[in-house]
Amino acid sequence: DGEGARAVPLAGHVGFDSMPDQLVNKSVNHGFCFNILCVGETGLGKSTLMDTLFNTKFEGEPTQHNQPGVTLKSNTYELQESNVRLKLTVVNTVGFGDQINKEDSYKSIVEFIDAQFEAYLQEELKIKRTLHSYHDTRIHACLYFIAPTGHSLKSLDLVTMKKLDSKVNIIPIIAKSDAISKSELAKFKIKITSELVSNGVQIYQFPTDDESVAEINSTMNSHLPFAVVGSTEEVKIGNKMVKARQYPWGTVQVENENHCDFVKLREMLIRVNMEDLREQTHTRHYELYRRCKLEEMGFKDTDPDSKPFSLQETYEAKRNEFMGELQKKEEEMRQMFVQRVKEKEAELKEAEKELHEKFDRLKKLHQDEKKKVEEKKKSLDDELNMFKQKKTAAELLQNQAQQAGGSTTLKRDKERKK
Amino acid sequence: LYFSFDYKFKNLEGYVGFANLPNQVYRKSVKRGFEFTLMVVGESGLGKSTLINSLFLTDLYSPEYPGPSHRIKKTVQVEQSKVLVKEGGVQLLLTIVDTPGFGDAVDNSNCWQPVIDYIDSKFEDYLNAESRVNRRQMPDSRVQCCLYFIAPSGHGLKPLDIEFMKRLHEKVNIIPLIAKADTMTPEECQQFKRQIMKEIQEHKIKIYEFPETDDEEEMKMIRKIKDRLPLAVVGSNTIIEVNGKRVRGRQYPWGVAEVENGEHCDFTILRNMLIRTHMQDLKDVTNNVHYENYRSRKLAAVTYNGVDNNKNKGQLTKSPLAQMEEERREHVSKMKKMEQEMEQVFEMKVKEKLQKLRDSEAELQRRHEQMKKNLEAQHRELEEKRRQHEEEKANWEAQQRILEQQKLDASR
Repeated sequence: DGEGARAVPLAGHVGFDSMPDQLVNKSVNHGFCFNILCVGETGLGKSTLMDTLFNTKFEGEPTQHNQPGVTLKSNTYELQESNVRLKLTVVNTVGFGDQINKEDSYKSIVEFIDAQFEAYLQEELKIKRTLHSYHDTRIHACLYFIAPTGHSLKSLDLVTMKKLDSKVNIIPIIAKSDAISKSELAKFKIKITSELVSNGVQIYQFPTDDESVAEINSTMNSHLPFAVVGSTEEVKIGNKMVKARQYPWGTVQVENENHCDFVKLREMLIRVNMEDLREQTHTRHYELYRRCKLEEMGFKDTDPDSKPFSLQETYEAKRNEFMGELQKKEEEMRQMFVQRVKEKEAELKEAEKELHEKFDRLKKLHQDEKKKVEEKKKSLDDELNMFKQKKTAAELLQNQAQQAGGSTTLKRDKERKK
Repeated sequence: LYFSFDYKFKNLEGYVGFANLPNQVYRKSVKRGFEFTLMVVGESGLGKSTLINSLFLTDLYSPEYPGPSHRIKKTVQVEQSKVLVKEGGVQLLLTIVDTPGFGDAVDNSNCWQPVIDYIDSKFEDYLNAESRVNRRQMPDSRVQCCLYFIAPSGHGLKPLDIEFMKRLHEKVNIIPLIAKADTMTPEECQQFKRQIMKEIQEHKIKIYEFPETDDEEEMKMIRKIKDRLPLAVVGSNTIIEVNGKRVRGRQYPWGVAEVENGEHCDFTILRNMLIRTHMQDLKDVTNNVHYENYRSRKLAAVTYNGVDNNKNKGQLTKSPLAQMEEERREHVSKMKKMEQEMEQVFEMKVKEKLQKLRDSEAELQRRHEQMKKNLEAQHRELEEKRRQHEEEKANWEAQQRILEQQKLDASR
């Protein structure tokens, strides 16, 4: 951004030309970090190639076939060459392509790559963050191992690379290329390249914008995909011990550029473009992931004409919206309960009402019955009274009759009555 | 998914090539170019512009672009000048921020406020740029160093000096300088320096500190510099010939005070430190410390708006998105719990009511049974009474019939 800046001449040596050195010293003191992901079917020599590239034996458990899904296993190593410290992480796909249904082969890989982006994003968004000392686990380079069939890319390869090309720098390599003859190899490379192009797969291009490396990078781009051979075995050639694979018909020398592209790979991946791979990952792939993630969560920049985007306002707005949502949910649940309570209460009231009605009816029946009984009682009492009267009247008459004459009958009555 | 991370230390046999990484970094940084923002603060007449011109060996301030002292300001302004300089293939975009009018008024209370506001606004710009969804190359206009000019009074710091530095030391790297050092003798200067450093310590002012380094040589040099703080400088726009050499200096009848002579002043130390050795560190400290402080304060205030910040201090290490996610999860479990509780209460109440209803029903039923029983008893009683009565009546009527018969028989 040289806006409004005028160029001025210097009257002597000021000394800011040491800035690149100051920066480099800082980086060297801090140490470097690089993460490689190796994708390829079992048996394509991924581990061997890593060992060969970094000239060491990385420990790893023997891989097995028939994995339930694709596992990713990563190992981190602290390497040092002269005064440069490198924290190298090598991630291997275990079981890639071994499944009967290969569709989910790339899913774990995509998820893994995204998970590293996510971890960085979370760190970047923290309020108290320590980006300076953060151990960057984002994948800087993905070496895609193509099986040396000599024909074409497998559909799994195309599908996987298509899924990965917007997330990681892909460097396709032909594995175990000593299985292919020179002429077949040339055709194979052309076929692969054209298939990648026709399927719109974006592989990593070695950068040509910097004059100091433009030429070599441009040449190397034309050699992709690199046909490699890996070996940690050493064979004596002449009076030197070199990394090689020995066959009855000859010895394949790993570092012989006529035999394979191993040296080219090493040059490009490590010696010339390692920093660019890291930079591209950060400024392109990570930014894309971040942008998509934020947009997914509803963040957006205001249009360039209006007031510039304010992080605070968006956070606040998001949070208010979010809290509002939660409160609404709470309120809804409460309302639902209030409704249920109302309904249940109405139900129970209805039941209560019915109960009372039932018993009111019974009560009424009772009362009717009672009334009847009382009436019966009354009529019986009346009868009894009448009878009593009748009896009394009759007895009176009899007494009168007896008193007039017939005391014997009275006696007899009396006796009979006894 | 199974991720496993193992750390191993490896020694490499043979050539790999990543020792070339520093060269790659070097190459890219040269291509990108560098930028640096330097602020100069001090009263008028302390030679700020002259010093800048001397430092960068250019007429940054010239008749066409006058320095702050030549501009008459009523109030303190903050102004910036941008120049592009190139040296040894390295390009530097240099922004000089000056504060004309600082400390020149009669009442200088709050004259630091425009400076604070300026620094904060640059932090704000960077924060906003960093927080965009669509981020582009972010131009960095944050103030990376503040040269604070102390007048060569020989006594100590002025209240304004102390006030300014206290308010700014947590926002920017402050390098205090004794201006116009050629007005003091070395002894006076030494004493003055000691007094100033004492006062700086007393007031707990944090001036820019050189980072520790493992290099023994470097540490020696750093300790030497530390002993000479604050640096006493002299600047000059004029080149004078001294003993056949052309030097920058100030001509006096009694001699020439040479800018770049280490025995005359600390200019060279300042230049070397500011430009040649610690420019990158000044930028890093600004980015990693001052900016991060600003950012975390700003975001904490927003995210926990209205909520007691002390309660949330432990949560500052979480990203706001993770914070919201956690709040969402908490809320979900809270809702679940609430739902369970409400459900429980509901069930209990319903059970209560049903029980009541059943009791009611039982009671009513009992009463109904009771009444029924009573009624039946009454019925039976009545029936019995009637039966008795009928029996009695039958007997009596039978008796009466006999009597009647007897009477009839007797009367014949």
